[in-house]
Amino acid sequence: MTPTRRSLLTASVGATLMPALPRLGRAQAANTIRIGVLNDQSGTYRDISGPYGIECTRQAVQEFGNKGFNVEVVSADHQNKPDVGANIARQWYDQGVDLIIDVPTSSVGLAVNNVAREKNKAYINTGSATSDLTGAQCSPTTVHWMYDTYMLAKSTGGAMVKAGGDSWFFITADYAFGHALERDTTGFIKAAGGKVNGAVRYPFPATTDFSSFLVQAQASRAKVIGLANAGADTINSIKQAAEFGITRRGVKLAALLMFLPDVHAIGLQTAQGLVLTESFYWDLNDRTRAVTQRLQPRLKDVKPNMASIANYSCTLHFLKAVADMGVAAAKASGVEIVNRMKAMPTDDDAFGPGRIREDGRKLCPSYLFEVKSPAESKAPWDYYKLLQTTPAEEAFRPLNEGGCAFIRS
Amino acid sequence: MDDIFGIPAPLLFGQLLLGLINGAFYAMMSLGLAVIFGLLNIINFTHGAQFMMGAFAAWMLLEWAGLNYWWALILVPIIIGFTGVVMERLMISRLYKLDHLYGLLLTFGLGLIIEGVFRNQFGSSGLPYRIPAELQGAWDLGFMFLPIYRGWVVIAALILCLTTWLLIEKTRLGAYLRAATENAPLVQAFGVNVPRMVTLTYGFGVALAAIGGVLAAPIYSVNPQMGTNLIIVVFAVVVIGGMGSILGSIITGFGLGIVEGLTKVFYPEASATVIFVIMAIVLLARPAGLFGRA
Repeated sequence: MTPTRRSLLTASVGATLMPALPRLGRAQAANTIRIGVLNDQSGTYRDISGPYGIECTRQAVQEFGNKGFNVEVVSADHQNKPDVGANIARQWYDQGVDLIIDVPTSSVGLAVNNVAREKNKAYINTGSATSDLTGAQCSPTTVHWMYDTYMLAKSTGGAMVKAGGDSWFFITADYAFGHALERDTTGFIKAAGGKVNGAVRYPFPATTDFSSFLVQAQASRAKVIGLANAGADTINSIKQAAEFGITRRGVKLAALLMFLPDVHAIGLQTAQGLVLTESFYWDLNDRTRAVTQRLQPRLKDVKPNMASIANYSCTLHFLKAVADMGVAAAKASGVEIVNRMKAMPTDDDAFGPGRIREDGRKLCPSYLFEVKSPAESKAPWDYYKLLQTTPAEEAFRPLNEGGCAFIRS
Repeated sequence: MDDIFGIPAPLLFGQLLLGLINGAFYAMMSLGLAVIFGLLNIINFTHGAQFMMGAFAAWMLLEWAGLNYWWALILVPIIIGFTGVVMERLMISRLYKLDHLYGLLLTFGLGLIIEGVFRNQFGSSGLPYRIPAELQGAWDLGFMFLPIYRGWVVIAALILCLTTWLLIEKTRLGAYLRAATENAPLVQAFGVNVPRMVTLTYGFGVALAAIGGVLAAPIYSVNPQMGTNLIIVVFAVVVIGGMGSILGSIITGFGLGIVEGLTKVFYPEASATVIFVIMAIVLLARPAGLFGRA
């Protein structure tokens, strides 16, 4: 047989559709609570949670201890594909998984949200940013943990506009997350009297060269280039903006979503001075330092960030709710266990005291950080200085503006 | 200011230039693939991983051995090319008598394994690699600022592509190579060591990918996925140019870089798709590719 293009193409298409089958024990024990950590373990968002998110979940299970029922943690890679994620979620729920957590990539996060609602199973999203999870697409089975696009837009976007950045150009990842982040930030810019000069929406995740978009952004004469993207895309954007001398000529970069590992990857030399928002930093206070120290043997030489440690925080709270209402009742209904979680105040070393609002929004403070210069950084992972804190009750979109259907009824 | 199709002319020129730069990577990568396919008839799906290994090798040389960018440019193709030689001897050479699909599956699998190993070792968010001091800064071209490093990438890619083309089309070694492509047993009968030539050709193709990786390291995040994003596009380039056509892959590489650059201005959402649309059209009109022989 000659090498046909068809064989080549078939193979390449086949490769992208390879399923990720989760590992799950067969034994069905009525006294076992199963938690499924579904995240990106091989792509652009792996370092933000991935294997570290799984370890943080295990740490929570270990710290929770034995309260008369077993806890089992399973994990899978959704490859940032909504169809793959939804299939695994469906399979897991059918096989007795009681809670799915993590799920970064908003398109996947929303797909799993639908599965959880349909199956009446608990779902705590810690990885996706889209504020639609507690807005237009809210569900009584869903809790959204430590951040969302509205909170990022308010903290980072609001601060940039206040500092004089009143004209913006967006470089936006063309999927649910990028759109939501651009939309929410635009709201704050317009409310503060600023304007948006333009936007490009680039294909995700197939884009590595951002120079074209950066040059377009510069040509628009906007004072701020808003990066409505995440992970490797943000890293490449910032790296290339430095290369094209864009920041040296007075244009500010707004990295609307950036995590600690991203700063680590860019290096302080290039990242210094960037302003960003997270709801957790390992060196924030005594409690965050304590939990980081407990996690360190599991995470080796990596520090936790808000995404990976959210798995720790939400797992603890979920298990407390299970212990409170009993395993049988918790397994029976996703709505009931989520309602119980909403009724109980949250408190842990990572995010401090807080609560879960009726629409599923977990409330915690948001922190505006500035990335230190190499001279200011005294130790590995000593990257942030705190600029401003937004209290938990003000950090997120007000309940009545979200348009969550089951709240109105 | 003059507008062309509603886009200010300076912006358009800038985009053409940026397209050319991306095209340089496509050309370098597809050239290596074309050389390998031409002689070995192997569709080398490991190429993206080898590109990534090139970038990582440059990082390792800098961090672990203190050898700078220029050393990397010389040493990395030799090191990674050697890994290619070992791979060809140990594995790929066993598949020449089998269907092409086996070669494709083997190289694809190897690519996944290599990527996985690097991901486990270094994570997915990448490593910092700075532009060498000699190439920092930018030229003011009037219509845009061109970072000196990007200009260097285009020049380096052009030199590499032309040298390779001359080597294959104009030298005695190249003549052996082309002859072996046509009829290996006959060339062997004339006393040429064809298996060794095949091995070295694979090593050479891999070395081209590795140089591409070194050139890319200061621009892109050095991460294990960096080759995956490129490889599918590069395969489309090879198919459009005509499988195994050296000149075809060079011209198509640069040309498609420009087309992609323009798409990023007029309709950015389609910039990842446009190359495949062109591929479909070319395959309908000229199934052997633009420069291929039917």
